Amino acid sequence: MSPNDLRLFIQFTMTGISEGALLALIALGLVLIYKSTDVLNFAHGEFMLLGAFITWDLMVNYQLPVLLALPLAGAIMILVAIAVERLMLRPLIGKPVISIIMVTIGMSSVIHAIVGAIWGPKRQVLPQLFPEILEGPGLRIFVEGVRRPAQMSYERIYWVLVAIVLVLLFVLFFRRSRQGIAMRATADDQQAAMSMGISIQRIFAITWSVAALTAGVSGLMVADFDTVSTSINEVVLRAFPVIILGGLDSIAGAIIGGMIIALTEQYVSGFIDPSLKNVVPYLVLLLVLMARPYGLFGEKIIERV
Amino acid sequence: MAQQSGIFHEDYRSDLQLRPTTMQRLRLVLLFVFLFGMPVFAGSLEMRYANNILIALIGSIGLNILVGFTGQISLGQGAFLAVGAYSSGLLVVYLNVPWYLSILLAGAITALIGGFFGLPSLRLKGLYLAVATLAAQQIVQWVLRNWDPIDGDINQRVGEALNIPAANFFGHRLNDNEYAFYFVVLFFAVLAVLAATNLFRTHIGRAFIAIRDQDIAAEVMGVHLFRYKLLAFATSSFFVGVAGALLAQHSTSISWESFTINVSIQYLAMIIIGGLGSVSGSIYGAIFITLLPQIIRGLGNGIEDALQLVASAESQLAAHFAERFQDLLPRIEQGAFGLAIILTLILEPEGLRKLWQNIKDYFRLWPFSY
Repeated sequence: MSPNDLRLFIQFTMTGISEGALLALIALGLVLIYKSTDVLNFAHGEFMLLGAFITWDLMVNYQLPVLLALPLAGAIMILVAIAVERLMLRPLIGKPVISIIMVTIGMSSVIHAIVGAIWGPKRQVLPQLFPEILEGPGLRIFVEGVRRPAQMSYERIYWVLVAIVLVLLFVLFFRRSRQGIAMRATADDQQAAMSMGISIQRIFAITWSVAALTAGVSGLMVADFDTVSTSINEVVLRAFPVIILGGLDSIAGAIIGGMIIALTEQYVSGFIDPSLKNVVPYLVLLLVLMARPYGLFGEKIIERV
Repeated sequence: MAQQSGIFHEDYRSDLQLRPTTMQRLRLVLLFVFLFGMPVFAGSLEMRYANNILIALIGSIGLNILVGFTGQISLGQGAFLAVGAYSSGLLVVYLNVPWYLSILLAGAITALIGGFFGLPSLRLKGLYLAVATLAAQQIVQWVLRNWDPIDGDINQRVGEALNIPAANFFGHRLNDNEYAFYFVVLFFAVLAVLAATNLFRTHIGRAFIAIRDQDIAAEVMGVHLFRYKLLAFATSSFFVGVAGALLAQHSTSISWESFTINVSIQYLAMIIIGGLGSVSGSIYGAIFITLLPQIIRGLGNGIEDALQLVASAESQLAAHFAERFQDLLPRIEQGAFGLAIILTLILEPEGLRKLWQNIKDYFRLWPFSY
């Protein structure tokens, strides 16, 4: 391995980790909804879109400071999520998988249309979100014999930290808090949970709100890495392999799957062919599914007639 | 198949008929009179829509065989259409296969590839399978965008359209003439409807339905799951491949952009809105989804004219709206598409087919509808 290859390897690993944090965060939102409501949310990308655009609008057009804009955007996301859950998903409880997939696809189409109609197709630049504590070009790693360093901007580092904090909060929430335990109980067996006095409706509302919030944060993350545009939702196509790879109902799977997919993407597109970036996740997915039909950590469902 | 009371079959022959009553047969005759008479009164544009509908219909019947009848969710429809379109195109361009033969061969090739991507269905179910078919979509799309020789001449740039010589019929170029092409498509569409309807009267079709209802129970009753699931993928893909080939012959120039995941979603919307697990549902759905953008555009133009009338009566707001309207039309189309899916699923999950049935029942049972 030549010094330059080593530098590239470090560079790809660094980018891969930040992309992996993004994919893991998106996957977390999807897994959360799947775990407690058995819905694979194909409109998750549009929630991301909504979160990014609302925050951008509040910060640029209404000139709100970050600390005010973020909670306000979060509140709007929660309202949207609860409305969606009430109006569209509750009538479909107990319907076949295909109906639920299609209703979320229809929803994604509607939200995308609304976002496009309000904010238009133009790409926008998100204002700075993080305070400038550290100045300069970011984290640099020099390899002996190469002049250019491997580099990662502070923005990306902050986002990785945000993702890690969010994931830790999630785990704590699920393990320790009353609502989290109630959510796990609901996921395990809705009827049993109900008979223990858990309000399933409230659990569903909380689930969708939390998932919409994580979607909003991951939308902001994409917007900050790139721009605010109506194609933010396409990142979700890279996150579907992640959740299937990790197992639809496993939080650990979402995190590890996210890292595996993002790093493979980076190495393959960097060292072999950039055009492979969108296919590699699916190739990895097919290979893993051949060996483990429920993903790496998915719960094996035993069916009875 | 429930039948209205008062119809008694006295021998097996009448029991096996697809259309047992005289009224049903009369309706069928009327339908055919309409289909064959259409070129007489329809303009070239209407014929174009008719052709698009008929092609979409073949594809949606194919998808319904897989999703509606066998219960294997597929998000890879766009990929299979692409395989059909490109195999037909490449056969004509490189091997000089006559176009009509290339359509059938394209169906066969797509059936093979569909069967291959159906392999994961042995172990995967539901959402896992849906995402695995998404893999088919992504992989085929990648091949189309990046693999040189597949896109026409070698020296052509990657990702450019593949141009196919126009289909010939005794010296007549079929593509210039929507009327002539109509009869080609109609022939394939009628064949597809007939084949699909009869498929579910055979043991194969019934095995498909058994797998959908409860695959373990089907296996216990002696349905070889793996074989029939693959067969479902292959049969469905054959229809889809034929639709793709017709698409290619119709437009003579194809590129990867017409086979994205949005196309898969559109076809899924057709069978959801039309009615899952029903051949006639696929037809209604294909008509609805193909015409929806046209209807919206027509409505939009009407509203725009009205707005401009108001705008000329010096209303700033109306003028502003009229100006933005043209930009908003694609958004409105997209929103209406999504809304149609959501409303169907919430209000009438069995789709347009059931709606039509309800209307018929209302009049048949009137005034004592209980």
